[in-house]
Amino acid sequence: MGKSLFEKVWNAHAVRQLVNGQTQLLIGTHLIHEVTSPQAFGMLRDRDLKVQYPHRTFATVDHIVPTNESVEPYSDPLAQGMIEELRKNCADNNVTFFDTNTGKQGVVHIVGPEQGITQPGTTIACGDSHTATHGAFGAIAFGIGTSQVRDVLATQTIALNELKVRRINVNGTLPPGVYAKDVVLHIIRLLGTQGGTGYAYEYAGTTFDKFTMEERMTVCNMSIEGGARVGYVNPDETTFEYLNGRPYSPKGAAWDAAVEQWKSFASDADCTFDDEVDIDASQIQPTVTWGITPGQGVGIEESIPAISDAPTQSERDSVAEALEYMQFEGGSPIKGKKIDVAFIGSCTNGRLSDFQEVAKYVKGHKVAEGVQAIIVPGSQVVAKIAEDLGLDKIFIEAGFEWRAAGCSMCLAMNPDKLVGDQLCASSSNRNFKGRQGSPTGRTMLMSPIMVAAAAVTGEVSDARNVFGFASAEV
Amino acid sequence: MSSTPIKKVTGKGVFVPGDDIDTDRIIPARFMKCITFDGLGEYLFRDVRKTESGEEKKHNLNDPRFAEASILVSGNNFGCGSSREHAPQSILRAGYNAVIAGSFAEIFFGNSTNLGVVCVIASDTDRKIITSEIEKQPELDITIDVENHKIWYGDQSVPCEIKPGARDSLLSGNYDPLDELLVGAGGVSKTAGALPYMQA
Repeated sequence: MGKSLFEKVWNAHAVRQLVNGQTQLLIGTHLIHEVTSPQAFGMLRDRDLKVQYPHRTFATVDHIVPTNESVEPYSDPLAQGMIEELRKNCADNNVTFFDTNTGKQGVVHIVGPEQGITQPGTTIACGDSHTATHGAFGAIAFGIGTSQVRDVLATQTIALNELKVRRINVNGTLPPGVYAKDVVLHIIRLLGTQGGTGYAYEYAGTTFDKFTMEERMTVCNMSIEGGARVGYVNPDETTFEYLNGRPYSPKGAAWDAAVEQWKSFASDADCTFDDEVDIDASQIQPTVTWGITPGQGVGIEESIPAISDAPTQSERDSVAEALEYMQFEGGSPIKGKKIDVAFIGSCTNGRLSDFQEVAKYVKGHKVAEGVQAIIVPGSQVVAKIAEDLGLDKIFIEAGFEWRAAGCSMCLAMNPDKLVGDQLCASSSNRNFKGRQGSPTGRTMLMSPIMVAAAAVTGEVSDARNVFGFASAEV
Repeated sequence: MSSTPIKKVTGKGVFVPGDDIDTDRIIPARFMKCITFDGLGEYLFRDVRKTESGEEKKHNLNDPRFAEASILVSGNNFGCGSSREHAPQSILRAGYNAVIAGSFAEIFFGNSTNLGVVCVIASDTDRKIITSEIEKQPELDITIDVENHKIWYGDQSVPCEIKPGARDSLLSGNYDPLDELLVGAGGVSKTAGALPYMQA
């Protein structure tokens, strides 16, 4: 019987079985950033251990970098301390650091792929739960804690339990105005925030076959929001075309050999999965979250659920808690909620194609009075290309702020934060209580186009109407 | 590093109600601007416990009756969200060494186990029994018997689940895997040697 990509990559990286039954798994590529690595380097120093494979760890700085000041020292001394600590740890241990002066710095999950570090058939770990992003290339990529960052630095391995595999088939054509972000919000709404616990998600079907690498990354990125630590797409010509010529991609004869090997990692046609789910792409709507978990989403034409709609007491409690926090009325339409802030960026939607798509539609529109709208490129590379294309001018003309690369308002570790109970239309990945920096701040997750529509109308709106999508069926 | 085996955890309990208690709730990201884990205990559940201006909210975690607690009892999907080890570190550093929940998010579970924070699963019904007992008698000792899959409250008990691998690690004191991983170095270079992308 055939094997899945997950099994093949796992087997190629399994070193041995540990006493407790876990596998000692080789981590081929280790990505680090300033938040979850300093304590790990400290633990190494405490035990007088060295970084075993320094050429397989790559660093960048993203969470704490301000997006509106570039001169150090930063106004926040804690942020300055963290970037300096990372600089020192990388220098002391011969680790490559894509620092702010390299033109390559950015959100770790955007930097890895664009540098060609992220490759099919590899294992990738990073002290960040959105590491599954790299699974878009057919890698087994997942988030780890700081003690495991230490383990990877010291041994290039971690102790891990093997996962089951659920294949999610999405077939058909997405309606106009429906994007990869809507696909993943739809999947999480369908399978729940803990539906993926214990699973790796294999995303497949004709919709994924047609997706660009950036679209695949958007979906894989949010696997963890559905409970799945790992999410991946089998590598194909789209993958190879994306990687060809990138700085860390193999060159010449090594490239041809690599492509042959990468192809061999794809799931076999006759392999079986622990579970399979089928989704019809044509049924997916622009999706917006109304609550405090990424699973609490509805289509733009739908209403927010009422407490009484939930079947069990614990679900009724969850809906009630979410409605109270969000200051929404159960049963009211999602459309028309007045927003204060619009944020486009993050490791979910901070790539060039996100900005190109938004620029195409916001041209000629203006951000609504009273709305703060910011657009934050995911990396310096993305920023440079976007600026060369003149996208920044389109955004600024429309009333958006165009910022420097970083995690920005996704997670509140830098100056970009909500204030009080501001409501934010956000292209990021988490709508948890307080996630965007204010303990009472409110987040609604949606695609970049839907954020842009909310920005120019001042309220949650159907982007297909706002921007006049030609063949929209609404 | 081999540590003391953890066969049982005994302490007083406190109920943190809600499903999907995410790691941003356990420790908001704005308190993670640090290069060590020292002092993180102070920020555990910061926004659950306090208002923006620092006044205490009405919550079990602020209730003096539960001030001695060292075991958290909560809902389903506890620890979802970020992979930040800051979350279990802050739990540990605030004086808690076990969590009883309906289920756990995977990364949080792994991070906690590595630190020796015991995470066990109990059914909705059984957690209700425990939380109502805690509410009635906050001074009641709760004992998680890792070996025998039981949670004792007074002289009564309910069953609990713990993943076999985690259970073995806690019982043997090998929950921090680093020493065992270091021993495997020979095998690592062999596995790495067979993979072209691993070559320098």
